[in-house]
Amino acid sequence: MMTAEPVAPPDPREISMKYMLLIYDQESFFDTLPEKQMGELMTAFGSFTEALQKSGAFVAGHRLSPVSTATTVRKGTKDMQVADGPFAETKEQLGGFYMIEAPDLDAALKWAKQCPGAWYGAVEVRPIHPNAAS
Amino acid sequence: VTRDAHSAATRAVREHYSRVLAALAAQFRDVAAAEDALSESLVAALQQWPASGVPDNPAAWLLTVARRRLIDHRRRQSLDDAARERIAQDFDAISEEPEMEDKRLHLLFACAHPAIEEKVRAPLMLQVVLGLEASEIAALFLMPPAAMAQRLVRAKQKIRDAAIPFRIPSPEDYPERLGFVLMAIYALFCVGYNATVVPNGPRDDRDSPSFDALWLGQLVVALSDRDPEALGLLSLMLFVESRRDARRDAQGRYIPLSEQTPSLWDFEAIRRANALLKEAANKVAPGRFQIEAAVQSVHAARAQSGETDWASILTFYDALLASTPTPVVLINRALAISHVQGIDAALEETRSLDDDPRIAGYQPYWAARAHLLAKAGRNDEAERAYARAIALESDPAVREFLQTERSRLSN
Repeated sequence: MMTAEPVAPPDPREISMKYMLLIYDQESFFDTLPEKQMGELMTAFGSFTEALQKSGAFVAGHRLSPVSTATTVRKGTKDMQVADGPFAETKEQLGGFYMIEAPDLDAALKWAKQCPGAWYGAVEVRPIHPNAAS
Repeated sequence: VTRDAHSAATRAVREHYSRVLAALAAQFRDVAAAEDALSESLVAALQQWPASGVPDNPAAWLLTVARRRLIDHRRRQSLDDAARERIAQDFDAISEEPEMEDKRLHLLFACAHPAIEEKVRAPLMLQVVLGLEASEIAALFLMPPAAMAQRLVRAKQKIRDAAIPFRIPSPEDYPERLGFVLMAIYALFCVGYNATVVPNGPRDDRDSPSFDALWLGQLVVALSDRDPEALGLLSLMLFVESRRDARRDAQGRYIPLSEQTPSLWDFEAIRRANALLKEAANKVAPGRFQIEAAVQSVHAARAQSGETDWASILTFYDALLASTPTPVVLINRALAISHVQGIDAALEETRSLDDDPRIAGYQPYWAARAHLLAKAGRNDEAERAYARAIALESDPAVREFLQTERSRLSN
C-alpha cells in the first residue's frame, strides 16, 4: 500500500552555485582608450565589484595583466615545455574574471549583464563543476 | 487483468506524464534523472494498476514512487557519508502531501531558455511533455537518431550543470522568454505541418506533431494567464490547421491557398481561431503571432466574401516588418504588394533580398520570386527562379506543383 511520502523541496535560496564570469576582450581596445574613459571604466568596475560584495555574491575577481606577460607550460614530447605567450593566439583574450555565488543561471546572467566587461567585450558565464573541491 | 484495466492504466500514465515529470524535474533540478525515475515509476504503475485499479490520485502515486526512486539513486551515488545522511533525512522528512503544483510551464521555460541551443528547444519540449523516445523525435525533425539523442542529453546536462532555473521569469524577462517558448511550439507545429501529409494514407491527426503543438499551445494559453501572444499563436495554428483538408487534392497534389476551395475549410476551427484572436486584441498588446494570425483571419474571410482583402494583409505585413524584419516577412509582404500595387512594385521589394545570404537556400523566396517574374512575363528569369525553388523543395507534391507552374511559362 502506497503512503504519501513527500519530501520538502529544497529551498532555492539554500542551493548555491558558483559561476565564473570570464571577461574576453581585445587588448588593443585599451591602447586607444582616452584616459578619461579608462578612468570611467575602472570606476564602473569598482562599483560592480562593490555591488557584488554587498549582495554577498562576490567570491573573487581580478583583472589580468596583458597576454604579453603570459607564459605557457605544456607537455612536450619528452618533458614539460615552457614557452612565451598565451595558450593560443586568439582575436579576443581573457582579460579578467569574477567568481560569484548565485542561486541559478538566471541570477548569474543578470550579474554578467551588469558587468562592465560586457560593454566592450564578452562575458562568458561558466558554472564551477559540482565536484570541485570547495 | 482485463484489456480495459490495462488501457485505463496506460491512459492515466500518459495523461499525467508531463505534470509528474515537471514536478520532479523542478524539485531536483535535473530533467534526465527525473525522466529515469518516472519511467521506473511508470513500469511499477503498469504492473500494479491493471490489477489494483488506477488509484484516486494517479499523479500523486507516480510522483511519490518516482521521488523515492530518485532519492534512492542519489543516496547510492553520493560518496561522502554526510551527504548520504542529509539525503536520508530529506527522505524521512515526511509531511502532509501538498497539492501537486503544476510546474509544466516552469519546465517549458527551462527547455526554451536562451542558454539552450535554439534548435533543440522544440524537440526537448516535445520530449518532456509527451515522454517520446529520442528516436521518435529525431524522425519528426528529420535528424539522425544518434545526433538527436546526443543533443537532447547535452541540453539536459546543461540544465542541470549550469542550474538553469525552473521558474516563471521575472516580469522584465517574461515576454522575451515566453516568446522563446511560443517559437519552439510554432517550430514543432511547422514540422508537423510539413511532415504529416500522406496522400490517401491513414491519417490520425492525434499522432501528428501539429496536434501536439496545438495541445501545447492550449496548455501555454491556460498556464500563462491567457497571454495575448500565446492566444495569437494558438489562433494562428488553428487557422492553418483549418485548411488541412483543402491543401491537397484527392491525388495528393499541392494546392496553394489562393486556389483552395473554402468550403473544404474547417469552420469550427476558424471560429475558434477568430475568437482567440479577438480575445488577444482586447488585451491591447500586439505581437508577431497576433499579427500573423490576423493575416490568416483575412485569408479565412474569403469563405464569406469570396475575395481576399489584400490591402489589409499588406497593412499587417507592414507592421510585422517593423517588428520582425526577416526574409520570410519581406517575401510575404512582396506578395501582398503584388496584389495591391502591382507586380513591378513587388519585384522591386524582393530585389533587396537577392544578395541576402539567408535566402540562397530558402525555397519560399525562389518560389515567390518565380511566381512574380512569371506574372510579369519575364520568362527567362522566372525559369531560373523556378529551377532553384524546385531544387530546394523536399516535398514531392510541392515540387510537382512548381514543375507544373514552370511548364506553363512557355504558353
